[in-house]
Amino acid sequence: MALKIVKGSIDRMFDKNLQDLVRGIRNHKEDEAKYISTCIDEIKQELKQDNIAVKANAVCKLTYLQMLGYDVSWAAFNIVEVMSSSKFTYKRIGYLAASQCFHEGTDVIMLTTNQIRKDLSSPNQYDTGVALTGLSCFVTPDLARDLANDIMTLMSHTKPYIRKKAVLIMYKVFLKYPESLRPAFPRLKEKLEDPDPGVQSAAVNVICELARRNPKNYLSLAPLFFKLMTSSTNNWVLIKIIKLFGALTPLEPRLGKKLIEPLTNLIHSTSAMSLLYECVNTVIAVLISLSSGMPNHSASIQLCVQKLRILIEDSDQNLKYLGLLAMSKILKTHPKSVQSHKDLILQCLDDKDESIRLRALDLLYGMVSKKNLMEIVKKLMLHVDKAEGTTYRDELLTKIIDICSQSNYQYITNFEWYISILVELTRLEGTRHGHLIASQMLDVAIRVKAIRGFAVAQMATLLDNAHLLTGNTQRNGICEVLYAAAWICGEFSEYSMQTLEAMLRPKVATLPGHIQAVYVQNAAKLFATVLQKHEGETDSQAAQETSQLLIDRLPLFVQSANLEVQERASCILQLVKYIQKLQQKNVEVAEEVTALFAGELNPVAPKAQKKVPIPEGLDLDAWINEPPSESESEDEKPKVVFAKEEPKHYRSRHTEVDEKELARRREVRKQEQANNPFYIKASPSSQKVYDAPGVEHIPVVQIDLSVPLKVPVLFNCDLYLWLEEERQQKEKAERKKKEKKKKREKRGKGRKADSGPESEEDIRPAHQVDIVTEEMPENALPSDDDDKDPNDPHKALDIDLDKLLADSEKLPVRTHRPEVLKSPAEDRDSKSVPQETKKKRGRGGKEKKEGKEGERKRSKEEKKKKKKHKEVEEELLESQPEEAVQSEETKEAAAPPTSTSAEASDLDFWLSSAPVPPAAAQEVTAPSSAAAVDTSSAAAPESEPDEPKDTEPEDTKSSKHKKKKQKKEKEEKEKKKKKRHHHHHHHGDAGGEDSVQNGTVEEEEPLPVMYIYSLLAENSYIKMVYDIQGNHQDESKVVVSVIFENKSDSFLKSMEFNVLDSLNSKLQRPEGAGPHDSLTVPFQLPPGVSNEARFVFSVQSIVMPQKLKGTLTFIVKSDESSTHEKLDFKLHFTCTSYLITTPCYSDAYAKLLESGDLKGSSLRLEGISMPFHHLLARICFHHHFSVVERIDSCASMYSRSIQGHHVCLLVKTSVFIESKWEESSLLGNVLDEIKQTFSKC
Amino acid sequence: MIKAILIFNNHGKPRLIRFYQYFAEDMQQQIIRETFHLVSKRDDNVCNFLEGGSLIGGSDYKLIYRHYATLYFVFCVDSSESELGILDLIQNMLLFTTVCNFVMQVFVETLDKCFENVCELDLIFHMDKVHYILQEVVMGGMVLETNMNEIVAQVELQNRMEKSEGGLSAAPARAVSAVKNMNLPEIPRNINIGDINIKVPSLSPF
Repeated sequence: MALKIVKGSIDRMFDKNLQDLVRGIRNHKEDEAKYISTCIDEIKQELKQDNIAVKANAVCKLTYLQMLGYDVSWAAFNIVEVMSSSKFTYKRIGYLAASQCFHEGTDVIMLTTNQIRKDLSSPNQYDTGVALTGLSCFVTPDLARDLANDIMTLMSHTKPYIRKKAVLIMYKVFLKYPESLRPAFPRLKEKLEDPDPGVQSAAVNVICELARRNPKNYLSLAPLFFKLMTSSTNNWVLIKIIKLFGALTPLEPRLGKKLIEPLTNLIHSTSAMSLLYECVNTVIAVLISLSSGMPNHSASIQLCVQKLRILIEDSDQNLKYLGLLAMSKILKTHPKSVQSHKDLILQCLDDKDESIRLRALDLLYGMVSKKNLMEIVKKLMLHVDKAEGTTYRDELLTKIIDICSQSNYQYITNFEWYISILVELTRLEGTRHGHLIASQMLDVAIRVKAIRGFAVAQMATLLDNAHLLTGNTQRNGICEVLYAAAWICGEFSEYSMQTLEAMLRPKVATLPGHIQAVYVQNAAKLFATVLQKHEGETDSQAAQETSQLLIDRLPLFVQSANLEVQERASCILQLVKYIQKLQQKNVEVAEEVTALFAGELNPVAPKAQKKVPIPEGLDLDAWINEPPSESESEDEKPKVVFAKEEPKHYRSRHTEVDEKELARRREVRKQEQANNPFYIKASPSSQKVYDAPGVEHIPVVQIDLSVPLKVPVLFNCDLYLWLEEERQQKEKAERKKKEKKKKREKRGKGRKADSGPESEEDIRPAHQVDIVTEEMPENALPSDDDDKDPNDPHKALDIDLDKLLADSEKLPVRTHRPEVLKSPAEDRDSKSVPQETKKKRGRGGKEKKEGKEGERKRSKEEKKKKKKHKEVEEELLESQPEEAVQSEETKEAAAPPTSTSAEASDLDFWLSSAPVPPAAAQEVTAPSSAAAVDTSSAAAPESEPDEPKDTEPEDTKSSKHKKKKQKKEKEEKEKKKKKRHHHHHHHGDAGGEDSVQNGTVEEEEPLPVMYIYSLLAENSYIKMVYDIQGNHQDESKVVVSVIFENKSDSFLKSMEFNVLDSLNSKLQRPEGAGPHDSLTVPFQLPPGVSNEARFVFSVQSIVMPQKLKGTLTFIVKSDESSTHEKLDFKLHFTCTSYLITTPCYSDAYAKLLESGDLKGSSLRLEGISMPFHHLLARICFHHHFSVVERIDSCASMYSRSIQGHHVCLLVKTSVFIESKWEESSLLGNVLDEIKQTFSKC
Repeated sequence: MIKAILIFNNHGKPRLIRFYQYFAEDMQQQIIRETFHLVSKRDDNVCNFLEGGSLIGGSDYKLIYRHYATLYFVFCVDSSESELGILDLIQNMLLFTTVCNFVMQVFVETLDKCFENVCELDLIFHMDKVHYILQEVVMGGMVLETNMNEIVAQVELQNRMEKSEGGLSAAPARAVSAVKNMNLPEIPRNINIGDINIKVPSLSPF
């Protein structure tokens, strides 16, 4: 009976499928949460059933609940169960659930590796497809590493459906496991020309995604993509390729030139807006990369702008938005062509759509001129008033400031107006940009001397009304403005002394600390000015009152919690008290007090200083010029405020030199600026003449008088507009009379003022900006690297793909025991994963550096090549056999990269080909794709008469010319490889050692470079070094890596490697070979080149060290003769070479020691003077140990032999090593070896 | 790269969510709420691109959305995707869904008349099916296939396979006539992506 009930309930439960669940939720609108919790209980019951169908149904429902925000990670194991069902229906459900809720932290993901592998190789393509799709969502570094090989195989699957998925997922694999990029890349490239459009599209997708982050590595693919672009009709593919070209052109301007023609054709012909838009975008990128000196491209710009205008005028808001977006890109390089569409942009500013307004705002930046600045800003201020939502308002605010301050206030003609605008902006409630306003105020007040009086008056008002700012908006950044206000009032106190009282109000104490500090300091400055003013007057009442005021109010600040405020306040308080005493004695102190704050202001931008490289032989401590006067006031200048400023250049003598001299200097300076890459080229006419009192040709003085001296609290910008107009009128009239006075207007010079409408440059500013533009010191080092996000996973993918593939970089081969496969370093639990990836990134970075170096080298090489173009080609004949000899193994790895590199050098030829002749271009007015194909084929034969088509690198009929190139390339590679060896054994071969080393290096002084390779044998022709590594995959095998280096001037060929096997150790020979046959070394060595070969040995017992005798035979081939040579060597298999670095956790380690299975032995090392961490590093490095724990000068270390013996080591101080091992004889040997290592050094 | 695909209705109720980057469940819900908040206050006649989702993405990411009657389709993409291309894709997605549902012979049950819109109902009750369709279009954040016919064919084949295995459960095959007056808000008029030649399989009227 009970059973029946149970069964019934099961049936009922089974009844409830996803649809029922959804319906149920919809029917329980009131108590949804409660209903769902009962559902979850049911699901939990269902998951306990054995029936997989029930489970799948439950998991399906969970997927839905996950969408609603319920955490379903508790069912992760059940999901894995459903995934492993043999039925497609259930499998699909399982993978869907997994893709929705699995992530790197999900621990059961480890269990899926084999299941996924099985599904990937399933005969049913949909099983594979479902597995790939799922994997794309939850792939982890471990999964990526273990499955990379399987996925790579799938890239050549017979079914396009699988191929395209496999290709696409490779991107995810690369991200998680950057090491797989190089081995997989040749195949990926192959897929660009897959017959199936879907696969092709996927490959384009992946490469574009990769290239977007590290474009320079993919430049060599440009010809291939070009061909695709001109032949493909799939708009998705076209868009991707065109976007990719947009990323590539900045790196290679010649590419841009080649692109313009087909792109403009596309623009003309396509009807798809998306394609049109991307074409325009890329053309813009091309034009930017070509930037200067390409007058014949103005047609392209016009075309772009024209098309964009059509987009912007479209009623579709999307097109409008994108049009504006693209327009802003043109604006950067070709402002003129955009300016003609000002009407349109201003119109967009009134659009109801915020996104469009924001875009239009961006454009405004380039639209302003001296003439319309006030007008535009007025319009923007209106928007500020109307704006709802702080984001848009803040955006407006920054834009206003950006527009006004651009190129050193180039367009501001009246700074009083600007100050008023700034003050008006402080009325904004809740803005985040108080700081920005403050720095503008400071900047203007410091730079524009003529405005200081006005600024001080304004700031005094601000301070007076400080309650407005501090009242309810204290949390907001607007109070930053007070910082500037207080500073300006104090620094330029000679203009007004009214604010002292306002600065010392009790309310000030509620301001943030750094502002209070400025208040206190500037109160002191004001005090000094007051003193000076009143000194000498018979009535010292006023001065004494001021002292009293300070003494009364300062104690408030002395109690401040802020250290800075407290310190300054107490200092100044004591000072004032002392002064008061002196005053009472009628001693004159004013001068001395003023001296505290005397001196000019020299803002120095820390950034500019940092960027100056120290030239050789420069003594930084020696004065170059007169030491600048220093003042205390500099102490209080917070760095942030001046971050954007530059050192001031005092050139007051300029005012005295005559006009000719001035013009000459200007020319020189312009020249300098033009040559200085860090100088902003579009800088305004260099108006750096200073207002010096008494220089009568500055009209400022008179005009200032027309400004009302009494300042209202709130300012009316219109007043300034009106004033400005009037001023301009006046000036115009004046100028007509005295045209010659326009000498400072460089651009206006030579042009008649009254010819036609007044050009914007003719408007003279009311105030002079007396500071140079954003100038960088000469030879400044660009440090763009800082901007890169160190956590960007794409950094690790910055790998030079043209480099030869090393053996170590091959993907791990699948075995039936994946646990053993894992390299020790990666075998840790999830805790160490972040560290692991960090390390990988580090490695990527290094490779990047190398890649750069390689690239530079290559380009040099290529130049050389071009010179040698038609030299003797004897050598070339040798390159043919050379390639043939390559063993299968290396061939597979090396051949594809060789072809890429060949293509890379072809790129130069491809790019350097003459631009498409106009005749050819005009012939084809037909549809774009056809046209483009034609042009390319027309261009190719013309420019590369003796060159095979670059798209067929594997062409066997390649010309001699090309072969030579290939060979050179190869040599280059090999050289590079040689260099890399060092890097190799530090990073590549032994991850575990690496990590340990890093661990120690980080905390202490750098380690000496250690070489893992030891000398095997050497004669006058060849040098062999070797290293023995345990094989992770097989407990009875070790891998011997031997580097052969050709020391002679001749070619070394037909190298054969042979070893006399012992009973214990045998060289692994290919099947069918006899036990005494020698192995062919799979490469030849040109002079001076080295290469690495690997040999596998099988070992039976690992307890004893062993020596194997061997010989290397080779043919030395020089120009006139070839001789047979032989070199004997002894391979020394030490016991440590059977150890594999294996990390161990301290608890596991402790257990191991407690177990008592280990036998101990100890060793005393005498006379070792190296630092302890060096000692540890050496043991780690040479003997494959890893540090388990280290306490001061005592460390426990661990390692494991390939046959699973545990070795524990306790290293005390620097001389005592105690160790434990299961095999005592082995232990003794290892200890001997350690001793030997240290006796050597 | 596509970072996320969100489909929710006019009330912000999620109908399908697909993140291509891991976010915890509560974060996902927060993102949905934020996105809904951003998107829902926009008029229908403003542009379909949106910047400034703070929770997901960053400056490089954009929200591209479409609003159909009761549903919002939102894609969060970075600059490597073509804005207009994605818009077209969304437009087609809707069509995929409906067309596929026909092909699959998955019929929506009649509920009360309160839901006259077929496409939301499709999503509500067949979220899993829609996911399977989506998987044929976008994989791991990258557009896998844009050819409508190919997608429909693959989905159909997979469903046939499921059927041959007997399906998940013998769902009550109560076919419905609600589908007849399918009220697609906007059948794409101008499909700009050239290669998608939408050949709607002849939908036999039932």
